[in-house]
Amino acid sequence: MAESNADIIRLNGAEKHFGAANSDIVRLDGAEKHFGAVRALSGVDFHVGPGECVGLVGHNGAGKSTLMHMVAGTSTPDSGRIGVHGGIEENYSVSRAQQLGIRCVFQELSLCPNLDVAENTRINHASLAGFGWRRRAAELIAGKLDEIFPGHGISASDIVGDLSIGRRQMVEVARAFTVTQDRLDLVILDEPTSSLDAHTAGQLLAFVRRFVASGKSCILISHVLGEVLRNADRIVVMRDGKVVASAAAGAFDRDRLVTVMGGAEARQKMAAEMAAKSGAGPLRVRARPAVQKDGVDLVARAGEIIGLAGLAGHGQTDLLLAIFNAASRARAGVEVTAPVALVAGDRQSDGIFPQWSIAQNIGIRSLARLRNGLLISARREAELAALWQKKIGIRTPDMNNNIFSLSGGNQQKALFARALGSDAGIVLMDDPMRGVDVGTKLEVYDLVREEARRGRTFLWYTTETEELDNCDHIYVFKNGRIVADLTRHELSEEKIIQSSFGDAA
Amino acid sequence: MTSVKSLAAKPWIWSFLAALLVWLATIVFTGGHGAGGMVTAALSLAVFTVIVGIGQMFVITLGPGNVDLSLPANIGLASAVAMKVMGGSDSMIAAGLLAALACGAAIGAVNYLLIWALRIPPIIATLSASFIIQSVDISYGRGLQIKPPPGFADFTNWQISGIPVLAMLTVLFTIGAGIALQRMIYGRSVLAIGQNIRAAWLAGVNVGRIRFLTYTLSGALGGLDGALLAGYFRGANVDIGNEYLLASIAVVVIGGTSVAGGKANVPGVWGAALFLVLLLTMLNTFGVSAGVRLLLTGLIIVGVITAAGGEKAVR
Repeated sequence: MAESNADIIRLNGAEKHFGAANSDIVRLDGAEKHFGAVRALSGVDFHVGPGECVGLVGHNGAGKSTLMHMVAGTSTPDSGRIGVHGGIEENYSVSRAQQLGIRCVFQELSLCPNLDVAENTRINHASLAGFGWRRRAAELIAGKLDEIFPGHGISASDIVGDLSIGRRQMVEVARAFTVTQDRLDLVILDEPTSSLDAHTAGQLLAFVRRFVASGKSCILISHVLGEVLRNADRIVVMRDGKVVASAAAGAFDRDRLVTVMGGAEARQKMAAEMAAKSGAGPLRVRARPAVQKDGVDLVARAGEIIGLAGLAGHGQTDLLLAIFNAASRARAGVEVTAPVALVAGDRQSDGIFPQWSIAQNIGIRSLARLRNGLLISARREAELAALWQKKIGIRTPDMNNNIFSLSGGNQQKALFARALGSDAGIVLMDDPMRGVDVGTKLEVYDLVREEARRGRTFLWYTTETEELDNCDHIYVFKNGRIVADLTRHELSEEKIIQSSFGDAA
Repeated sequence: MTSVKSLAAKPWIWSFLAALLVWLATIVFTGGHGAGGMVTAALSLAVFTVIVGIGQMFVITLGPGNVDLSLPANIGLASAVAMKVMGGSDSMIAAGLLAALACGAAIGAVNYLLIWALRIPPIIATLSASFIIQSVDISYGRGLQIKPPPGFADFTNWQISGIPVLAMLTVLFTIGAGIALQRMIYGRSVLAIGQNIRAAWLAGVNVGRIRFLTYTLSGALGGLDGALLAGYFRGANVDIGNEYLLASIAVVVIGGTSVAGGKANVPGVWGAALFLVLLLTMLNTFGVSAGVRLLLTGLIIVGVITAAGGEKAVR
């Protein structure tokens, strides 16, 4: 055991030499990057060969995104070299990467929301010019969508801003795989399944396998370790800006990966905790989806964690928003008996105030309580921020820094702090763990359960079946309706998939 | 050294520097003549731009597309209402001021009602409202110049050792506006809405109420400005507010408030207002024609927006 462990940790010596293996699509040698005092990358060697799917894992802030920005040409290393197809690139850039056949699907979606799907496709393909470019762009993207996500239900003339986040991600992914005059050798997928449900995520990963089998390459970044273990040929683990392990996927299993990543403790204790809990508190929420005809209600009591499951975009978010609205203005079919706070999943469009500090972003939901007379007390605001920084572990030297100084996972923690630090008795969570690393997730799960024990009610929409383990009760949604109502003991992935696809009227 | 640095980091410092430069250039030209008088005149005139500028600043901070174009018409009508209510009698000054405030606030409230109920973009709503207000003003004031009561006229021109009392009061008011912006729930909410209206709604900000209050506040300040202008220039008339359409927006932008919303700057409004007034004085002193004056004002505003846009974005 100890021996094989050492095997994984040891870096492959060949990775140190340029030109030694000229078949590599991309190769970084001793890449370093600093952002102010923060060392994002310290001397990373990394390479991708042809016909290879490299899985890249690590906690938020481990340096994965920084490394990928370098491969994609959106950022340059402070020191170190980058080579593509065996030649060293001196002036590497996004357009150069595009020419050399390297594409990237970043975590923060990059489609223009005001344009339609075909127009967004055109942005990446300068050759789609002249008469009929729109039709050709539409054919290109529709063909790729059909290939990757059969039955996707997206039209090339849909305005991107009107699509659900899951569908936007599908378009983003499909667009990266479209080919016109430039070659395509390597696609970087940074959290490609974060907004997809289990079904579409499966379609995408199957496509990635076909793509790799045809001799092309992929880099797959995902916090869903199972995805990486099942689909990558080789796994590279990063921690604190360094590559700490690189080996064939077969050499790892889930526990092993978590250990190498420096992961948090296992999740057994949670199961025990859940079993210990029982009894029904006072009613907090009773809500019926607008299109529900058969009189089924979603019911949540004090201290309960309620899961909203099913395929992405089947009315879960709509119901959460209806409940959110009902808290301030009475609404037919929805009964809410406590203040409500919402944790957004789509951080950029629903959560973050980009001009503000971390502390201000946390305080906005609790302004009334932070007042001293008529004025907001700076001291109380700082206290609230400090309390939650400690409680939820927001990694920053100063809570007065801008919110964007945080990594994605820590930004999400700040949004959790905003909701949990408020007076809300009901917390709505709109798939908030998108693109958040395992360590952060486990910390937040603990916190959610602890808050529930204190009497808070959680309504938790999630696209990750694993997260439903935390819930007391699960409602499965399909086409805007509740089609199944499971207790924790009845819960299984098969059951949810079955209900999601079943033809319940 | 560090204090110089931190001062340079404040976006409002530039508008004050610009005002200072313009002032120096003018007194160099005149050989030091009228330096003090120029400051007094600049303060007296800047007050009117600052008052509407603050209202406009809150509106613009609400985010892209939010702007109050009804201010000139609002100022015109309120000046007539104030003068008519005062009716030339000193005992009615307070009533006249209240009437002007109420008139302006009502206009602001109607503006928001148009935006909210009919879902008209603010630019169109406030612009079309201003045509209606102007017609009301013309038929209400009958194009006559109505004189202010002598006490009110004296008050608006009152100076203590060369500093207009109105300017002192306005400084106090702007300090209050600054506190409201940074330290009160209202101001925080305005800033939140300006950065991301959906996130603000989901964070529990009462978006509708805050927007309503902001348009009403802008209207009320326009009304107050109308009354004061009528006192200062000794008479109300329909066109009295005309120059405040461009000026109110210009001082907000030059003062360092973000046109994209979510970032406001109160001291900058003062600096920018002084700068605009002094710039006008300078160009007049240099004997430049009215056309060139307008041209230069326009170019300067474009220049400032370009320079401010060149600032490194947060993301």
